[in-house]
Amino acid sequence: MARRATFSRRVTMTAITWVLAFAIFFPILWMIQTSFKSELDAFALPPKFFNFHWTTENYSVVQDRSDYFRFALNSIILSGGATLLGLLVGIPAAWSMAFAPTKNTKQVLLWMLSTKMMPATGVLIPIYVLYQWLGWFDTHIGLIIILFLGNLPIMIWMLYTYFKEIPGEILEAARMDGATRWKEIVYVLAPMAVPGIASTVLLNVILSWNEAFWTLNLTTTTAAPLTAFIASYSSPEGLFWAKLSAASTLAVAPILILGWFSQKQLVRGLTFGAVK
Amino acid sequence: MGKIVLKDIRKTFGDVVVIPGVNLTIEDGQFVVFVGPSGCGKSTLLRLIAGLEDQTGGHIAIDDIDVTDAPPAKRGLSMVFQSYALYPHMSVRSNIAFGLKMAGMPKDEIAKKVDHAAKMLNLGDYIDRRPGQLSGGQRQRVAIGRAIVREPKAFLFDEPLSNLDAALRVQMRQEITKLHQDLKTTMIYVTHDQVEALTMADKIVVLNRGNIEQVGSPLELYESPRNLFVAKFIGSPTMNTFSGPEAQRRGAATIGIRPEHMIVSRTDGDWKGTVSIAEHLGSDTFLYLDVPGVGPITVRADGEAGFHAGDTVYVSPVSARMHRFDESGMAFK
Amino acid sequence: MATSETRLAGRILAAPSILLLLIWMIVPLALTVYFSLLHYNLLDGYAQSSFTGVNNFYYFIKDPAFLTSIWNTFVLVGSVLVITVLGGIGMGLLLDQDIWGQGPARIMVIAPFFVMATVSALIWKNLFMNPISGLFAWVSTSFGFTPIDWFTDYPMVAIIIIVAWQWLPFAALIFMTALQSLDGEQKDAAQMDGAPPISYFAYIVLPHLARPITVVILIESIFLLGIFAEIFVTTGGGPGLATTNLPFLVYREALLKYDVGGAAAGGLIAVVIANIVSIFLTRLVGKNLES
Repeated sequence: MARRATFSRRVTMTAITWVLAFAIFFPILWMIQTSFKSELDAFALPPKFFNFHWTTENYSVVQDRSDYFRFALNSIILSGGATLLGLLVGIPAAWSMAFAPTKNTKQVLLWMLSTKMMPATGVLIPIYVLYQWLGWFDTHIGLIIILFLGNLPIMIWMLYTYFKEIPGEILEAARMDGATRWKEIVYVLAPMAVPGIASTVLLNVILSWNEAFWTLNLTTTTAAPLTAFIASYSSPEGLFWAKLSAASTLAVAPILILGWFSQKQLVRGLTFGAVK
Repeated sequence: MGKIVLKDIRKTFGDVVVIPGVNLTIEDGQFVVFVGPSGCGKSTLLRLIAGLEDQTGGHIAIDDIDVTDAPPAKRGLSMVFQSYALYPHMSVRSNIAFGLKMAGMPKDEIAKKVDHAAKMLNLGDYIDRRPGQLSGGQRQRVAIGRAIVREPKAFLFDEPLSNLDAALRVQMRQEITKLHQDLKTTMIYVTHDQVEALTMADKIVVLNRGNIEQVGSPLELYESPRNLFVAKFIGSPTMNTFSGPEAQRRGAATIGIRPEHMIVSRTDGDWKGTVSIAEHLGSDTFLYLDVPGVGPITVRADGEAGFHAGDTVYVSPVSARMHRFDESGMAFK
Repeated sequence: MATSETRLAGRILAAPSILLLLIWMIVPLALTVYFSLLHYNLLDGYAQSSFTGVNNFYYFIKDPAFLTSIWNTFVLVGSVLVITVLGGIGMGLLLDQDIWGQGPARIMVIAPFFVMATVSALIWKNLFMNPISGLFAWVSTSFGFTPIDWFTDYPMVAIIIIVAWQWLPFAALIFMTALQSLDGEQKDAAQMDGAPPISYFAYIVLPHLARPITVVILIESIFLLGIFAEIFVTTGGGPGLATTNLPFLVYREALLKYDVGGAAAGGLIAVVIANIVSIFLTRLVGKNLES
């Protein structure tokens, strides 16, 4: 609850907040705008603010030239696959930590957290070499597994904090009602935890989608997602700003929309429940 | 049928002994209340009977069948939880039907039973609502409805009224009593509220630190408590107890007298004291006295007696109602 | 508080995740340690590798690039932390005020966090920081200044701006959430006591934010210590070594110089640094588990 403000104070605060918020958002807006310019307008000096000829040709060029949809499909496969695997392994684990804790549960949870803090740099070499040996380099399965393992601790933590809020008595009531363990999870726990599971999925998709260390280092073409697609614009092609902007907008848009939906739950997931 | 026998039931959590060893027989159709201060093990005992906890040792039998290792669902018991534990994502109807559905009962039969229970508990108006849209009393009724439809051998209640306000608590108390009279099914009811215990039970089990202090009808516990703990736990306000010369004079280590078993007078009596607080409740007045040489005493006086703080008062215990206890706190027979 | 059957189910259901994470932790780390002791060039193949002891560490640390990269790492992490924590508190306070259109403002502020690193780096590099046609150059010229050639003259500052822009929303969002949980009665009481805004902030808001600030610093540190993509697509670590941080140096050793042993040694140094941060974070989160 904010402190009740006088009218003039409220006007001032609103103005300051909106100016700053707009400034923070501006690069994204500018990127979207540039994506609708011709290359000539994109470089024009002074820059053109909305007073240019709007065109969608960049989008079709981007698609024709670099096969945007193949990269986008890879992004979907990788983040979707990693998230699905994460749910499959994470929900049972989180159930266990929340409803059948042992005296080691706390240590196990903290240890899981600590695996997340392992810098990717530290294990780049063995993973790279291992993937060459296993034939997993630049394959969907290889990337899915690495994204899945990298985010598993966050998923378990998020699910755990949501499950913790469900009173154990309700699961016991189901047990009294004759539900088996499986039915207890499917009919009672899962439906009650839908909001929590949904935001866990969202955050995990976002993190996998934007992951830009492994996806850059372990892919070349076959399994390369949008992060690599954009990185290819750092070469001379980056000189085509309108096309770069169009490609970027396409790469960012889906996740931006998902992110806006999940912003409230995001805090909990990213801080491992330390801030709610 | 619903006869429950506990034999040498023990429960420990690590090094902490919650229930050192309980033997108890609950006859079919009885309304048994487990009562005791918080942490006395009464809820744990109920959960052991339900099968939600493992006993460390001992045996449980329901209708002469050993269910010691049976999972909760196989024991044929229903439970009403303190938080009601309704499934928030299901309608009232689905909540009540859930147990029957899990048992694989045909749909039309489920519908019949749910309707019957709904009628019995007046749930008709909100049968399609979610628990979140109901008041505390209504949720309580749904929880009871969910317990009833399964036609259990016994009902287990875990402090079911503690989340309700005072007026509703009295009403629900009566409804549960009425339900027991109609169904004649065994009920085990856990509470820390001795008023609930006294008003509802056929048989009260007083628990303290995991031990059964006394088992008996409400009146038995009131009239002849077996020891000091029961004497002080049952009855409101609490029984006055004294040790020292007054007790020795009567050949006991401790004596006890209930506030309502003393005669109050302005002019003469055994003990002379000063009123420190007078609580006027209309029908009764409770006087908290300082009696030099004896200690603080609580007595009940007539509602219109007109005593006030600072008054000098004489009180005399009715000797027939006096309770005498030995050094170990046990009552003399 | 459960039956042995429940506990058993708990163990069985937790086992896969524990097992997988154990492998994920131990196997690569063990291999890193092993490789760090080898003279192993990726082009020659594993068969040509030979044991070389701690030589890799010796050469990696002695390489002037190492100290530079450590310094660059700390400059990058430190500057971004200062900017995002201070800016985040300010933005969080503003968003917590009673203003019109709080929802849309919040959405705008949080947006950069969802933009993938490669995109934000390239957009900033080209559309904004380009010395000729970039927006910044135009603004400078309009006011009569010489445009700054960011990636030539101030490459590190440019990287810091990009990374701070990405992480400011995270800090702001967390501080805003924390502020919203500040007890309304405390605010009312402070108002009744006639506390001026400054002391209200110093004695009530700041202590309340102490924990979120710690959380933000620790979590950002973990991510910022691993910054890679932003450098990869903009400066490539240059000019010279100006923007080479530890992760980028390891990448350079491994995938540009094909020196597996040296890169592994550098990776282990990164692990040690990250673990120092993670010990604090784990403690903090662990404390939270108890309450």
